[in-house]
Amino acid sequence: MSDQLLKIRGLKIEGRSDETWNPIINGVDLDLNKGEVIGLIGESGAGKSTIGLASMGFTRDGVRISEGSVVFDGVDLVTASAADKRALLGSRIAYVAQSAAASFNPAHKLIDQHTEGPTQHNVSSRSESQSDGIELYRRLRLPNPEEIGFRYPHQVSGGQLQRAMTAMAMACRPDLIIFDEPTTALDVTTQIEVLASIRDIVEQFDTAAIYITHDLAVVAQMADKIKVLLKGDEVEEADTRTMLSAPTQEYTKSLWAVRSFERPAKPAVISGSTPVVSVKNVTAAYGTVDVLHDVSFDIHEGRTVAVVGESGSGKSTTARCITGLLPPRIGHVEFDGQQLPLDYRKRDKMQLRQAQMIYQMADTALNPRKTIGETIGRPVEFYLGLKGREKRKKVGALLEEIELEPTQYYDRLPSELSGGQKQRIGIARALAAEPKFIICDEVTSALDQLVAEGILKLLAKLQDQLGLSYMFITHDLATVKAISDEVVVMKDGVVVEQGEKADMFQPPHHPYTDLLLSSVPEMDPDWLDNLLEARGVDNIGDAAVDKM
Amino acid sequence: MTILYVLIAAILLIGVAFAFRSVGKAATGNAPFFRDMPTGVAYGYVLAATLIVLSIWYFFKPLDIDGVPQAGVLFFRWAVIGFAIFAAAAFVFRLIFRHVGTEGSKKLFRSMPLTAAFGIMIIIIYAIFAVFAGFIAPYGQEEVLGAANVVPGGNPALGGNPDYPLGTDQIGRDILSRLIFGAQNTVGIAFVTTCLAFFIGGSLGFLAATLGGWLDQLLSRTVDALMAIPALIFALLLITIATAWAGSSSWLVTIYMIFIIAIIDSTRVFRLSRAVGLNIVVMDYIEAAKLRGEGLGYLVFREMLPNAYAPLLAEFGLRFCFVFLTIASLSFLGVGIQPPLADWGTMVRDLSPFINYAQFAPYAAATPLLAAGAIALLTVAVNFVVDWMLHKSSGLKE
Repeated sequence: MSDQLLKIRGLKIEGRSDETWNPIINGVDLDLNKGEVIGLIGESGAGKSTIGLASMGFTRDGVRISEGSVVFDGVDLVTASAADKRALLGSRIAYVAQSAAASFNPAHKLIDQHTEGPTQHNVSSRSESQSDGIELYRRLRLPNPEEIGFRYPHQVSGGQLQRAMTAMAMACRPDLIIFDEPTTALDVTTQIEVLASIRDIVEQFDTAAIYITHDLAVVAQMADKIKVLLKGDEVEEADTRTMLSAPTQEYTKSLWAVRSFERPAKPAVISGSTPVVSVKNVTAAYGTVDVLHDVSFDIHEGRTVAVVGESGSGKSTTARCITGLLPPRIGHVEFDGQQLPLDYRKRDKMQLRQAQMIYQMADTALNPRKTIGETIGRPVEFYLGLKGREKRKKVGALLEEIELEPTQYYDRLPSELSGGQKQRIGIARALAAEPKFIICDEVTSALDQLVAEGILKLLAKLQDQLGLSYMFITHDLATVKAISDEVVVMKDGVVVEQGEKADMFQPPHHPYTDLLLSSVPEMDPDWLDNLLEARGVDNIGDAAVDKM
Repeated sequence: MTILYVLIAAILLIGVAFAFRSVGKAATGNAPFFRDMPTGVAYGYVLAATLIVLSIWYFFKPLDIDGVPQAGVLFFRWAVIGFAIFAAAAFVFRLIFRHVGTEGSKKLFRSMPLTAAFGIMIIIIYAIFAVFAGFIAPYGQEEVLGAANVVPGGNPALGGNPDYPLGTDQIGRDILSRLIFGAQNTVGIAFVTTCLAFFIGGSLGFLAATLGGWLDQLLSRTVDALMAIPALIFALLLITIATAWAGSSSWLVTIYMIFIIAIIDSTRVFRLSRAVGLNIVVMDYIEAAKLRGEGLGYLVFREMLPNAYAPLLAEFGLRFCFVFLTIASLSFLGVGIQPPLADWGTMVRDLSPFINYAQFAPYAAATPLLAAGAIALLTVAVNFVVDWMLHKSSGLKE
């Protein structure tokens, strides 16, 4: 028996659209030995997930494997019969999906779903696999391993679900696990926990793994070797350390370089000047529960204030208070020294125009039935009163400002644009009102790194040209580093620390800021080991947050 | 006894299915098609083949055994031939419009399934009949002609008359003319009623979704209360009251009926448009429009409505069928469209006794089926088109 577990040769995959078959993967080779972890990296649309699924001999609807072979332990999964594949999948090859919350059946308890695989494949009896499940939960450091399996998926947090899913994949002790972006949807502090657990368990059972992600720093911690993909083609493959220190291809180098963008620092605020936006002692509630407690900060002209925190820390709620969608219970918001009415319905056109918003999901932020011209043209017409040819000219100028060719994009629908272009349209719509202040709510978190960098550069350029002030909501500290002048750190609806960026990235920190900062994965393959050593295995992620 | 036969046949078919699969495997050298075929699918193939063979055998059975007409065979032949003619017509129709018309319509017809082409063709034909009924129909809808109870088919040997190709009813009115005028009355009134139902239900539903609060509660609970009453019985009750108000004026009864059915059906439209509206109203682009300071009218008509077209249009098709069937049922019960106006529901009711002659005089028995068939054909056609539109709109979301 050789050491080779998976051998993919000349894999070509096609997808059906508009009645023809178009290539998605153009001949990719992949070798994986027992106990080895390979990281697949690339932008969205590079074919990472498609290869991941194909290594189980599976394709999505409307997609087919046209050429090549996927040999798993001597069996070619492309030509194998349905019965043969059934015997392998689940027991010897397992899959961990990106969103555990969407992949668990909400109607069954975790442990019942866990035991399904082993009993179906006759690996072990129900009671055996149940006690094994509890053991796996313990090894994955889930809280209350004895009891957590008897909960329903909605009673468990996202990070815990992701680990329960890893446990489920482990249930039959497979030889190969495919992880499809298992931590992308998680906060940084939770991500560490899941990463550490996955790595431990893969090492303990000597399982081979394909780890799919777009986050280079994550893959650096997990994989023995890395394969970079671009539009269905392999760019290069090398072992992790070589790949990180000496990439040979231009594309890989550009991926590596993204994280280095940083805007030069702005001069400090002149003391005594009136801030553009001033949040004064805001306490706000959903229903009867207070979610913001006495939040205050100022945003000065031409500067960017980054608001950082985990999901649920009150970042977006603060933005809703400023825009007036959620009138604060106590406190108020000042604009240029003038107090704004609390409710947006009571603000006049001028007040609404001054503060604009850019959203996280460009897909839901643009009306899918309106052309780009209509979307950007509406605020132009509404606020500036321009009509007909003048409106078209103004929209054209705005499109040029966001670096899109006006004649080409004016009549397109949002569905005909890429994610980054959609986000640019969102920026143009905000600019069309000629505001002084823009709230950017996680504007780059749904984008690939190269595209996100382009958006950040554009925002920085516009700030310099137009003297805009930004409130930049994000959970990504790399983004904070790149674009902000001041940082506000929030946790559980309270501002725990605020100050100039330079001060914030220098110790001493508030312990929570420290935790956030140290949880951001770095491109150093030893980063996770060092961190775990520094913090101790029982003191990472949620556990560390809870102890505060 | 019958159950036993069915059971034996089923077991026999399962045996054949297993044989079919193993023969297939052996003949093709274990091709994936046969290798991965589940037993259920193999059974399905065998069952389908058996049914096709049985149909062919039944189709060619003689029409007449010892002077006794075989009505079942005759009706089966009509159904199969009708199906073939419509399928061929739809195919030709689609083929023509793939080469005639604007670039957009050509592209639409190129990707269209045959069922949708059939549906569109039937709807266009009905629309032409409805609009030009007065020119197309050979006689007037109220015109009482000489001969009563002429059998359809136009064959004098069987009691027909070439002047009246689809025969005449009990008091001697031409059925073909009445069918054509029926398109005008039944379909026209159903269309107006559905539009009204959508106007009422749609605007209130979007209003409830956008404003929420007590208005939403009030409207939704009122709709719940109205929906709790069985629709047809409620309509019957209200129309009986309305008839008393209207006195002898038959067109006033029709107008009351339009409003009553529209209001009852608008409750269903309300539920749908409120649900669709709630999904749209949480989108960020609505929030952006609100923060821009847009008014309610702009929000509902410019931002929300364009995104609700697909489900609303699909519902329009289905709702149209339901309204149309409700009117036909009410006419059948004698309270809908009032005579002497021709209406398909009334025609089915008036001619229904003929169905008793099916055993020995199949041509005579076909009379009530003509109007019923007209109703069925339109319902099927509209549903085909709706299915296609739903499929298209769900594809767009990808």
